[in-house]
Amino acid sequence: MIHSLFLINSSGDIFLEKHWKSVVSRSVCDYFFEAQERATEAENVPPVIPTPHHYLLSVYRHKIFFVAVIQTEVPPLFVIEFLHRVVDTFQDYFGVCSEPVIKDNVVVVYEVLEEMLDNGFPLATESNILKELIKPPTILRTVVNTITGSTNVGDQLPTGQLSVVPWRRTGVKYTNNEAYFDVVEEIDAIIDKSGSTVTAEIQGVIDACVKLTGMPDLTLSFMNPRLLDDVSFHPCVRFKRWESERILSFIPPDGSFRLLSYHVSAQNLVAIPVYVKHSISFRDSSSLGRFEITVGPKQTMGKTIEGVIVTSQMPKGVLNMSLTPSQGTHTFDPVTKMLSWDVGKINPQKLPSLKGTMSLQVGASKPDENPTINLQFKIQQLAISGLKVNRLDMYGEKYKPFKGIKYMTKAGKFQVRT
Amino acid sequence: MSTAPAYSEDKGGSAGPGEPEYGHDPASGGIFSSDYKRHDDLKEMLDTNKDSLKLEAMKRIVAMIARGKNASDLFPAVVKNVACKNIEVKKLVYVYLVRYAEEQQDLALLSISTFQRGLKDPNQLIRASALRVLSSIRVPIIVPIMMLAIKEAASDMSPYVRKTAAHAIPKLYSLDSDQKDQLIEVIEKLLADKTTLVAGSVVMAFEEVCPERIDLIHKNYRKLCNLLIDVEEWGQVVIISMLTRYARTQFLSPTQNESLLEENPEKAFYGSEEDEAKGPGSEEAATAALPARKPYVMDPDHRLLLRNTKPLLQSRSAAVVMAVAQLYFHLAPKAEVGVIAKALVRLLRSHSEVQYVVLQNVATMSIKRRGMFEPYLKSFYIRSTDPTQIKILKLEVLTNLANETNIPTVLREFQTYIRSMDKDFVAATIQAIGRCATNIGRVRDTCLNGLVQLLSNRDELVVAESVVVIKKLLQMQPAQHGEIIKHLAKLTDNIQVPMARASILWLIGEYCEHVPKIAPDVLRKMAKSFTAEEDIVKLQVINLAAKLYLTNSKQTKLLTQYVLSLAKYDQNYDIRDRARFTRQLIVPSEQGGALSRHAKKLFLAPKPAPILESSFKDRDHFQLGSLSHLLNAKATGYQELPDWPEEAPDPSVRNVEVPEWTKCSNREKRKEKEKPFYSDSEGESGPTESADSEPESESESESKSSSESGSGESSSDSDNEDEDEEKGGGSESEQSEEEGGKKKTKKKVPEGHREGSSSEEGSDSSSSSSESEVTSESEEEQAEPASRRKKTPPSSKSAPVAKEISLLDLEDFTPPSVQPVSPPMVVSTSLAADLEGLTLTDSSLVPSLLSPVSSIGRQELLHRVAGEGLAVDYAFSRQPFSGDPHMVSIHIYFSNNSETPIKGLHVGTPKLPAGISIQEFPEIESLPPGESTTAVMGINFCDSTQAANFQLCTQTRQFYVSIQPPVGELMAPVFMSENEFKKEQGKLTGMNEITEKLTLPDTCRNDHMVVQKVTATANLGRVPCGTSDEYRFAGRTLTSGSLVLLTLDARPAGPAQLTVNSEKMVIGTMLVKDVIQALTQ
Repeated sequence: MIHSLFLINSSGDIFLEKHWKSVVSRSVCDYFFEAQERATEAENVPPVIPTPHHYLLSVYRHKIFFVAVIQTEVPPLFVIEFLHRVVDTFQDYFGVCSEPVIKDNVVVVYEVLEEMLDNGFPLATESNILKELIKPPTILRTVVNTITGSTNVGDQLPTGQLSVVPWRRTGVKYTNNEAYFDVVEEIDAIIDKSGSTVTAEIQGVIDACVKLTGMPDLTLSFMNPRLLDDVSFHPCVRFKRWESERILSFIPPDGSFRLLSYHVSAQNLVAIPVYVKHSISFRDSSSLGRFEITVGPKQTMGKTIEGVIVTSQMPKGVLNMSLTPSQGTHTFDPVTKMLSWDVGKINPQKLPSLKGTMSLQVGASKPDENPTINLQFKIQQLAISGLKVNRLDMYGEKYKPFKGIKYMTKAGKFQVRT
Repeated sequence: MSTAPAYSEDKGGSAGPGEPEYGHDPASGGIFSSDYKRHDDLKEMLDTNKDSLKLEAMKRIVAMIARGKNASDLFPAVVKNVACKNIEVKKLVYVYLVRYAEEQQDLALLSISTFQRGLKDPNQLIRASALRVLSSIRVPIIVPIMMLAIKEAASDMSPYVRKTAAHAIPKLYSLDSDQKDQLIEVIEKLLADKTTLVAGSVVMAFEEVCPERIDLIHKNYRKLCNLLIDVEEWGQVVIISMLTRYARTQFLSPTQNESLLEENPEKAFYGSEEDEAKGPGSEEAATAALPARKPYVMDPDHRLLLRNTKPLLQSRSAAVVMAVAQLYFHLAPKAEVGVIAKALVRLLRSHSEVQYVVLQNVATMSIKRRGMFEPYLKSFYIRSTDPTQIKILKLEVLTNLANETNIPTVLREFQTYIRSMDKDFVAATIQAIGRCATNIGRVRDTCLNGLVQLLSNRDELVVAESVVVIKKLLQMQPAQHGEIIKHLAKLTDNIQVPMARASILWLIGEYCEHVPKIAPDVLRKMAKSFTAEEDIVKLQVINLAAKLYLTNSKQTKLLTQYVLSLAKYDQNYDIRDRARFTRQLIVPSEQGGALSRHAKKLFLAPKPAPILESSFKDRDHFQLGSLSHLLNAKATGYQELPDWPEEAPDPSVRNVEVPEWTKCSNREKRKEKEKPFYSDSEGESGPTESADSEPESESESESKSSSESGSGESSSDSDNEDEDEEKGGGSESEQSEEEGGKKKTKKKVPEGHREGSSSEEGSDSSSSSSESEVTSESEEEQAEPASRRKKTPPSSKSAPVAKEISLLDLEDFTPPSVQPVSPPMVVSTSLAADLEGLTLTDSSLVPSLLSPVSSIGRQELLHRVAGEGLAVDYAFSRQPFSGDPHMVSIHIYFSNNSETPIKGLHVGTPKLPAGISIQEFPEIESLPPGESTTAVMGINFCDSTQAANFQLCTQTRQFYVSIQPPVGELMAPVFMSENEFKKEQGKLTGMNEITEKLTLPDTCRNDHMVVQKVTATANLGRVPCGTSDEYRFAGRTLTSGSLVLLTLDARPAGPAQLTVNSEKMVIGTMLVKDVIQALTQ
């Protein structure tokens, strides 16, 4: 299946290679570089590039291209999904996944990759198992290792792989037993010029951080499970019980994981918590344009909107902008033409606004399109769909865990067309 | 170590790949010397005795490999360390070996013996890793060794080793394809494996080695379908895609009679959904309804596949969702395909690479099944932040989805897109508008008007693209659009994009009769600028000139000649050729060529309008989700998706020999079925003796408990694992235990954590009687909550044992007087009857201190269905067995529910684990129909909770049965005074004392209750006690006579404390657990 993996940074250096079968020369990446050049932007590099003898499948994350080389037919998503899993694993191991970090931990990276695939076929991809095999580096452990000469390789054998609950580490012990669940909902929306909603939908996830001793068996139930239209589960969730009782029943992996992601049924009208008033105008003759936007709360269920950031890609003709925000800070990058305004909290009494002028290229005609405005925001303690967790019960262990549930609503891909 | 710094410099500062690392030591100077000295420091480090130095060296070497530098000259130094004790050094050496063995074959052979030794290691994980490295060394000379190792590993006890063997198969195959036949044998064997761990890997091997041997799948088809949900994600993808191909060869097309059963599949589909919620009742109704359909009946196996894959649409892995989606697209009846749309749309939230692949597939699907994605139209709306390649794919999908009703919305969206800053995308949008216009007649004029407006766009690219599209649209009905052509003609002055100019010229030429005045003028202008035009425009100018010459030679003769002369001397030979050719055609020469008479027909023939269609059309002949589909070209190793067969091949090939009821409790079957479950847990308790020394042991299924009791040294880790093992498989094992062999046969109960699938199996097992299915179903439902309750106490060593007890006694842990046995929700008649009987026996036995009663009432030994009318129950009587004091006396209750008398009931050759012995009951001559009788037999369990397996023989038949004692039954009460008790307790401290805290429920706060519960759980005698809140019990184990002392300190405040002192630690721990369970319930 997967022959080799090359890690390529944004300047086109191959800084790591790993082969699971015979060695594939790194010159195969030339085809990739060609495609990269053609695509101009990193995100436009086609994920699948055929070459005379190989196929290159790549994902681009954290400014690194992960290029897998395959030789025969294999479902492309299989490889892409695996590559993303590799990135997630690195992130899990090192906190961040960047070129310097990978270079610093090259041996651990190599060992992890070795365990993840056998002859190109995935072997151990659950991070819980991998961590049992190869301990992630921590500062403390590095210090201890240098002094004692001990190693990162777990001397226990990967017993977890053999169990029926392959995602859970064995022999877990905690003094504080806690289980936290974050219900995070994201609103994807496109708002048109006039402020009416073109499309809006809610996607939610439940991220869990479970630190419980032993082998707990949890059930999580909702007040209004009918809201969940389309769900996808972590493999630990028992599908049957969900089908029959709409209850999430599972033996959780140890640590942080994504329990569930869901989509709220389209029938429910989505409450849009913010509005943007905008007036952006370019005039044909003048070299100055006017720019004004105001952000305000709409349906927020009485909560404050925080962490508002407005970004907008201005047309090429804009040379510079002189703006004054009523609150927060703004930046405009004249090279990428990216305007970004960090608003912060919205105070309904005093709506934040950004006003000013744009200086346009002299002689250039006015841009056809007004820029679209991308919005980010957060609302704490609110799940905009109204989803509520009813209760969490634990079986299988007899201590009393500490349980916590947090709700949050965020902007997903929230776009306002102007 | 002085060399180390020098090396580390080189580590950072080296340049390209393969470049020798000169100059890292400036003093050494010359190329040759440095080349020689290179890595000397590393070699030294590897030769030392210190692990830490070796490790450091290996780490550097691996870092070199990772950066793609050549480290092959270190091979001899590294290979020496293959047998190093340090596990990390070893691992890194393996990494190195696998990378370079191919290049240094001779030296690599040195390491082989280490791996061969590893293959024999008692630890399964070491065996597996030895096989893994051995098979990864690509040295052809060791092929025979590999073959042997694979064969051996394929029949290993541990499923993990078998999985590794499956992985090794393609490796060996790529090394030496001559081994194919032998490898196929191994694959065949592994395909029959019943563990989820192996399934994915072996199918992978199958796909790489012998995808054409579809016949190997037949026998395993149903098993694979049923296991699927519990296989890990990667395996699921491979299995699903293989099964798609399989189904295409074995079943009939569900769409062949689509028109006739427009509604029926719909019903079946909803029916099956309900099934999953409601259970087997409706399931059966649905399957019963299936055959009622006349023209096409879906093969139940086909249905099984569809049903078992559907839940996987909920998987978190995009690859699995896509695999299921393609399976439905290729295999499901039209009405059912719709379910995949929602899941695919969900994937659009994922990373852009995933989106890219999914959108490609959606584009193909949306051409064939437009209706499927129509409700999700808005999910394909484009955001300005999407990468261009995603935008273009979304546009493709939107265009495919556009129809009469939604076209206004779609066009409004398109209007927004046209103003985008991304010009490639705008061009694609214009194309899309063109396609909408051709497909939907109603909006053609609107689109055309819109496009004409675009002609005044400032961006030339946009205009050019519009012209091209307009040209295509005009071809459909040119007569009405003279105005537009005129407008276009004016544009020639401004538009510079060659393709657009060419298009306009072609249009004018083609429809010159609609614009008779303008056309010659355009030609005049073009003639003027001819030399400066692009080639493609020049060709069209010639074309225009020729057409005008033919229709309007008066005005244009001279112009045409001028253009042709210009063209004659053009640099481009195509243009020269065209000019020459045209001249011959239209200007009649002296010879009066025959062709020139037909020139008008040649040039002005009516041309069919071009059809604008998606580039994704007809891509669905590739299996969706495959690489070949994505590339629209056959990739190496692509397995063609076969067409449906005309006639269905014989479905019976998939039947696994189904033993009839009589054979059901057949030991072979039983063993096979339980093997995966137990062997798993065996493996976890580390290198157990039993696992390796007696792999063929008949009592394998029970040997777990022996390893349990014998492995005092096994770490707490492994215990926990056993625990979760049990938890996962618990309900199933109970069920299987209880039913004896009812439900065996081809139905393999997936042993995974999801309780699912087994209830879905009903319909496929055509041969099993419906009654038993209902039973199994309800039992499972009942078992589930029960087992959970039972597992509430903390994990301890004894955990699994208690769970082995069949379901009925779970209910009995709560004595009826306190908390009536809650009747299970759905209980089959026979089970209900059994329960009823139970309650009676229990309530009749008034608990008293001195004649303790076993809490375990009658348990089923042989169900009446499995026993062909003979039902056998057993109970622990707690009376000393007359023959042998070491034996537990067991009452056996026979009842004959059949029509005929049963004759010659006796115990047949027992096969017992070491130490266990049986005193048989005297043969029962004859048991008339409807009669019952009892017998007493004794079993010496040897102080372990291992089950005793034996045969129950009648004159005609043999039934395999097994009795497993709860730990409390392995002892007999002893009477002693408080002082004696304390004295004995003093001797049994430390390791022999097990203490556990527990909270007593209020119902247990009185003497009577506590004593009753404890004595019901364990056969112990009460020891009189001075303090009121303390309870003491004493007993001796039957076989060895070891003391078992139990103390319960139930102070009114705070948690109670339970202490068990016993030499037999295993019994102690189990007992603590059981008692706590009894008390806290």
